[in-house]
Amino acid sequence: MYTQGLSGPVDQPDQGHDPEREARFQARIDAEERIEPNDWMPEGYRRTLIRQIAQHAHSEIVGMLPEGNWITRAPSLRRKAALLAKVQDEAGHGLYLYAAAETLDISREELVDQLLAGTAKYSSIFNYPALTWADIGTIGWLVDGAAIMNQIPLCRCSYGPYARAMIRICKEESFHQRQGFEIMLTLARGTVAQQAMAQDALDRWWWPSLMMFGPPDSESQHSDRSMRWRIKRFTNDALRQKFVDATVPQSQFLGLTIPDPALHHDPKSGHWNFGPIDWREFRRVIAGDGPCNRDRLRARRAAHAAGRWVREAALAHAAKRRARAQAAE
Amino acid sequence: MTEAKWPLFEVFIRSRTGLAHRHVGSVHAVDAEMALQNARDVYTRRGEGLSIWVVPASSITASDPADKEMLFEPTASKIYRHPTFYEVPDEVGHM
Ligand SMILES: [Fe+2]
Ligand SMILES: [Fe+2]
Repeated sequence: MYTQGLSGPVDQPDQGHDPEREARFQARIDAEERIEPNDWMPEGYRRTLIRQIAQHAHSEIVGMLPEGNWITRAPSLRRKAALLAKVQDEAGHGLYLYAAAETLDISREELVDQLLAGTAKYSSIFNYPALTWADIGTIGWLVDGAAIMNQIPLCRCSYGPYARAMIRICKEESFHQRQGFEIMLTLARGTVAQQAMAQDALDRWWWPSLMMFGPPDSESQHSDRSMRWRIKRFTNDALRQKFVDATVPQSQFLGLTIPDPALHHDPKSGHWNFGPIDWREFRRVIAGDGPCNRDRLRARRAAHAAGRWVREAALAHAAKRRARAQAAE
Repeated sequence: MTEAKWPLFEVFIRSRTGLAHRHVGSVHAVDAEMALQNARDVYTRRGEGLSIWVVPASSITASDPADKEMLFEPTASKIYRHPTFYEVPDEVGHM
């Protein structure tokens, strides 16, 4: 998911441009073969994948912050256990994805440094605050729901390690969405105040959730090439429409109103048509000026800096134990 | 400023008794013991495994994809290694 394809261009001319090898590579892709780490690949393919997988990994990691914020305030032990498990899953997703990116000749440290330096992007959605408990329900229902929509086609991505990581992730995401929907259902069947809380959360998260699919196809920079390389199989707009079509009936079941006066069902196409998305807001958030961008990076940097002595001590301890074991031999 | 890197371990998990360990991904850890603990947390949160192997990634010797044809192509022509190559009349029954 979480890959909105917006970080800087990766279109520098390939060194050692080799049309014959590229044609053979493309033929393998067209035959639905998987590309594996040591296989020859065009430099652009490698760089595009690193960028996309890294953005995706960073999104999983930063995505823990808005929800982690509510673990100690979950309304029951059942909800707390579920939220804790979900946030732990997101950490796992980040780690599967970092490992997949590392197979493309970039180190974990470089990837993390890019996030902390602010040069790598992550999904715009995680720059919005989780203000009430209903936000936790909405995040699971909409944000994880949108993630699933985006991620299922990635299970067939042409790059083997990424596709395999996505299969694991997709298996785990379903619980995330369902626990979120259950929270919403409980609120929607609750008191008037609880219903209002659910509606307020939907009002705030609806449009940012639609933005998760990335810019409209007319403005999407890397779309064609990614489709040709089968890194991507559906366009941003197609996935966004699929998400809206799946979500509107769910909101009706909850008795909540989607904050879009233009939303209507088109009997001819069978789709739910929706109103214009505020792409200026999207670009602002991606550029670093959303409600929580600074907070999120500050939190990641603080965690990384605070963990430094632990990482160093663990290495020193392992070295000492190795030396002792060798001396004893 | 530069921090020393943690080594990479490849993780293999036996999913059910009777099946071989299968590669599932990798983890960073300072030593094998920590790699086992990390692999447990990262790759077996839903009872996926009954046994874990971790192997330093640097210890794995892999065949070169460039040698794929040389290594694996010769077997393609040896169809007589497969049971379907041999003719057994239907009357003989299942064999
Ligand atoms: Fe996730
Ligand atoms: Fe999730």
